[in-house]
Amino acid sequence: MLRLKNIFVTVNGSNGVDREILRDISIEFKSGRLYAITGPNGGGKTSIAKVIMGIYKPNRGEIYLNGEEISNLNVCERARRGISYAFQHPPRFKGITVGDLIQIASPDIDSFNLRAALRNVGLCPEDYLERDVGPGLSGGEIKRIEIAQVLARNARISILDEPEAGVDLWTMQKLIGIIVEKYKNNPDITTIIITHNQRVLEISDEIIVLEDGVIKASGAPHKIWPLIKDDIECKMKEQCRGEMAYEL
Amino acid sequence: MNFNQLDMQLLNAVSDLRAVPAGPVNIRRNGEVIARNSSSNITVRSKEDKPGLVVEVKPGTANETVHVPVILTKAGFKDVVYNTFVIGENSDVSIIAGCGIHNDSHVDSGHEGIHEIIVKKGARVRYIEKHYGQGEGTGKRILNPSTVITVENGGSAELEMYQIKGVDDTFRSTTAYIQEAGNLKIVERLLTHGRQSAESDIKIYIEGKGGSAQILSRSVAKGTSTQIFRASLVGKTRCIGHVECDSIIMEDARIKSTPELVAEDSEAVLTHEAAIGKIAGEQLIKLMSLGLTEREAIDTILEGFLR
Repeated sequence: MLRLKNIFVTVNGSNGVDREILRDISIEFKSGRLYAITGPNGGGKTSIAKVIMGIYKPNRGEIYLNGEEISNLNVCERARRGISYAFQHPPRFKGITVGDLIQIASPDIDSFNLRAALRNVGLCPEDYLERDVGPGLSGGEIKRIEIAQVLARNARISILDEPEAGVDLWTMQKLIGIIVEKYKNNPDITTIIITHNQRVLEISDEIIVLEDGVIKASGAPHKIWPLIKDDIECKMKEQCRGEMAYEL
Repeated sequence: MNFNQLDMQLLNAVSDLRAVPAGPVNIRRNGEVIARNSSSNITVRSKEDKPGLVVEVKPGTANETVHVPVILTKAGFKDVVYNTFVIGENSDVSIIAGCGIHNDSHVDSGHEGIHEIIVKKGARVRYIEKHYGQGEGTGKRILNPSTVITVENGGSAELEMYQIKGVDDTFRSTTAYIQEAGNLKIVERLLTHGRQSAESDIKIYIEGKGGSAQILSRSVAKGTSTQIFRASLVGKTRCIGHVECDSIIMEDARIKSTPELVAEDSEAVLTHEAAIGKIAGEQLIKLMSLGLTEREAIDTILEGFLR
C-alpha cells in the first residue's frame, strides 16, 4: 500500500512568486486496485505522480510504501523499491535506443517480453528496437515507448501519466485491455492512471478528482462519474480546451 | 610476432582486436612494424621515402577489411607516420585504424599520423579511427592525426573518428575534396577529461556537381578540459552539405564550437546546427526513475551520446 499523508508542495512560479501546487493531500493507494486521477489542467495531477516518484519534494507531509517511510528516498531508491512512472512528457536521448531503454527499465527482460512490450503499445519491434529515443521519433511514438517501459518493469506501483496523449484510439483501446489484464485485480500491484479518458475512468476502482491542488472528490466510478461526465465528454469532443469547471 | 599483454590491451581498445586478424593488416609498435599481411586484393607495403605504408585496394574488391593500428608503449617515444590509402574503383572496403598510447613516465609520448586517402570512382570506404591513452605517468599522451581525403566521382566515404579517453593533447586536422556525385560523411566522437585539450579542424570542399557531405560531431568535455571545434563546408557548385556539432559540457570544462558554411554557387545548399549544454535534468530523472543511480544515469547518457 502507498500512503500520502498531508502532502504540501510549493514551487517557485514563473513570475518568481511561490505557488502552492498541492495542499494537504492525503490518499491511500491500496494494492490490487486501479486508481484514476482526473481533473482540470494545472490541478496537481502530475505533481502527485512526481511526489510519489520523488521528483518533487514536499514541503510538508509524509509518504509510506508498505509501512516504510520513503519521504527522504531519492528517485532511484524509490524506483528500486518498486515504483514506476511513465512520464507525461518523456525526454529524448541521443544514442540510447528503444531497446536500451526498455532493458534499463527491466534488466532481466528476455527478448520475447521485450518485443511484447513494444507490440502492446502498437509498435513493431523490428522497426523500433534499434532506433534512438531521439528527435527522429514523433511525440506519440515517444509516449508509447514510455508506456512500454512501465509495462515491462512489473513494478509494485505503476503510474501512467495521461497514457492517452499522443496515442491513437485503436492503440489506446488495446492498452486499456492490457491494463485490465495485467493490473486490475492483481493483488500485488497498485495502478495509478492520470487520465481524461472515459474508458479508463470507467474501469478504475476509484476516481480521484483534483483541482487547484486539493482533492475535490474521490470514490467509486459510479459515484464520481455523474459529477464529471459532462466535462469529460466535452473534452473528448474537443468542444472545450483547457479548464473543466466542476461543481462538486 | 611477439605481443605482450599491454600490446593486446591497447590493440583491443583501438581496434577491437584480440589476435592478429587473418586478412590484410599492419600493426606498428613504437615505430616498428610487428605484423603485416596483404591479401590478393589489398596490398600493404612500406613507403620508400619516409616512414609509413601504402595500402592499395584493387578495383572491384568487395567486403574486405584492412587493419592498420598503431601502439606506443615506450616512454617518451614520438612516432611520425605517413600512410597512403588508395581505394580502387568500384570497390567496397573498411579500414580499421587507430592509435593507443601507454605512458607511465614523466616524459611525453606522441603519435602523428599523416594520412592520405584516395577514394577512386564509384568506390566506397569506411574508415574507423579510435584514439586511446592510458598510464599513470605525468608525461602527456599526444595524438595529432592529419587526414586528407579525396572522394572521386560517385565515390563514397565514411570517416568515423573516436577519441575514447586518456589522450591529453590532440590536434586533428581533416581536409576533404569531393568530386562529382561524391559523398562524404564524417562522424567524430570526442571525450576529454582532467586537464586535457582537444582541437579539431575539419574543412570539406565540395567541388563536383551533386556532391554531398555531412559532419556529425559529438563531444563531451569534463573536468577542466578544453575543446575547440571548427568545421567548415565549402560548396563550390551544386551540392548539399550539413554540419552538426553537439556537445555536453560538465564541471569546469570549456568548449568552443565554430561551424562555417561557405557557398560559392547559388545551387549549394548548406546547413548547420550547433549546440552546447549540460546533461538535461529531465534525462537524469528519467533514467533514475528506471532504477539507475545518478552516477549510472550520467554514464549511460554520456555513453549513448558518444556511441
